[in-house]
Amino acid sequence: MIAAQAITFRAGGRALLRDVSLELAPGQVTAVVGPNGAGKSTLLRVLSGELRPDQGVVSLDRRPIGAFHPRDLARRRAVVSQAVALAFPMTAREVVGLGRLPWHATPGAARDDAAIAAALDAVDAAGLAQQRYATLSGGERQRIQIARALAQIDGAPRPAALLLDEPTASLDVRHVGTVLRLLKRLAADGVAVMVVLHDLNEAAFVADQVAVVAGGWRNALGPAAAILRPPLLEAVYGVPFAGGEGALRPDFSNPASYRVPTA
Amino acid sequence: MSTTLALPLPRAPRPVALLPLAVGLLGAAMLAGLLLGPARVGPDGLLAVLAHLFGAPLPAEYARDAAVLGVIRAPRVLLAALVGAGLGAAGAAMQGLFRNPLADPALIGVSSGAALAAVAAIVLGGTVFGAAAGLLGLWLLPLAAFLGGLGATLLMARLGSIGGVASVATLLLAGVAVNALAGALTGLLIFMADDRQVRDITFWTLGSLAGARWQHLPVILLLVGLPSLVLCALARPLNALLLGEAEAYHLGVPVESLKRLAIILAAIAVAAGVAFTGLIGFVGLVVPHLVRLAFGSDHRIVLPGAALLGAALLVLADLAARSLAAPAELPVGVVTALIGAPFFLWLLRRSHGGFGR
Repeated sequence: MIAAQAITFRAGGRALLRDVSLELAPGQVTAVVGPNGAGKSTLLRVLSGELRPDQGVVSLDRRPIGAFHPRDLARRRAVVSQAVALAFPMTAREVVGLGRLPWHATPGAARDDAAIAAALDAVDAAGLAQQRYATLSGGERQRIQIARALAQIDGAPRPAALLLDEPTASLDVRHVGTVLRLLKRLAADGVAVMVVLHDLNEAAFVADQVAVVAGGWRNALGPAAAILRPPLLEAVYGVPFAGGEGALRPDFSNPASYRVPTA
Repeated sequence: MSTTLALPLPRAPRPVALLPLAVGLLGAAMLAGLLLGPARVGPDGLLAVLAHLFGAPLPAEYARDAAVLGVIRAPRVLLAALVGAGLGAAGAAMQGLFRNPLADPALIGVSSGAALAAVAAIVLGGTVFGAAAGLLGLWLLPLAAFLGGLGATLLMARLGSIGGVASVATLLLAGVAVNALAGALTGLLIFMADDRQVRDITFWTLGSLAGARWQHLPVILLLVGLPSLVLCALARPLNALLLGEAEAYHLGVPVESLKRLAIILAAIAVAAGVAFTGLIGFVGLVVPHLVRLAFGSDHRIVLPGAALLGAALLVLADLAARSLAAPAELPVGVVTALIGAPFFLWLLRRSHGGFGR
């Protein structure tokens, strides 16, 4: 649905993405993993249309993403960024309600209340609705931002896309499960899901395809079972992995002894 | 300026109809503005004059009331309401746009640009602009102030955008630079001015509604009222901007054109008001905070609420300005700052012990 072809993105004279291609297909969860500073968030922002690549093309349904009016884009894809802070105080429900903005003055606006309630429910945050966003914990804020994105694509024509940047970073284990299962359900409902993750076991659980990004390059792409294996991960992260079926464990006691390959 | 103050939160979201409340407050303020002052006008006088407007004969004992209301008070109250509404709406929009509780219309250079042009008109009006002064007469000063305010904002917006993208930090710094430059040039002109001109300049920068004339009001209605209404219509995209520029874009807001539109509208509304009244501080800064404290941050309420409350406050401040030292008049900017500064300090102090640091 959203496809990046041979994307290069530079900022401040430094190439943050080099020749990256990636396609997000409806019905699939694509997990993007890689070390800090690898270019994962930049890739997400390029795919969302927020950043224009220096080379290469990003397209939505084969049309260049830059050709869409932001409002039309917002009716097809939602984005959850890392840590969002508010300029002025609002309640959690008001924040989720902002997700309905693209549907203002359309027939879809009739669904606003239902969409907001369903989105809060989906992230187990119905009880937070009347709380002030500023008083919520990091994990609660994250769930509210996910709910805002869910409300945005509620009732959107399919296929729609949902891009999430480290949505599980501050969540407790129970809510990690809530969110990951939610992403799988959305994919089954025809949404193209892209999620940046640090926890490789979360990626193994949720992903239909995994993209490994390091140093701005897309080092590997394929089914989770083929990609998330110790030799490849050791080469990318530079730490030894102990692992077998169903569990990947980096060995924290062992100093880095591997080097990131440069292509 | 990029840090966000942790502002006190409204005690509870009160979805009560703010707008009827604010309209009622404005109505009461305007009524007080018409009736009170050094020359008292009774309600019976007001009714007789209103009836006269609709064709009833005016009893002789109300002739003085008709003169006070029709010639002096009515245009003055209407001017105060329109200018206050423009300052309130523009202040709310700038705080939302810059995501900064300290933002006010002065930040975009409009006040200092208007002041520079007004001072130039006062000092050079008789000489360099002699021909224009003869042609424009009493319109020279307001026209100069309006164009100066608008010009300074356009300069700030132009200098603050790089490659078509106007980052908030760059805009703020460009605004600071434009303000400093306009202030320096104003100082240079004051240096050249004679004593009478210095006095005129001082009073202009303190603001006054004493210059209200019926023939100004259509212009002010168009240039202050209309932009304020359009700003109110930008409430939804400004709400999205509360989350940040990237999030607003993801929600479908064309962020760069929203910024340009809001800045230009705010500049027109403030420059046109200031052109006829001189500088009036603190209304644009404080009034939006009052509305947020009572009714939350939703711009669908903050923008019209700040416009109505700004109008009511300026009408009352003008009433105080012409009553407290009667028969002399205090500059209205002195009154708004006397009310505004302590309130603002209280707000700052309160926010430090507040929520969400």
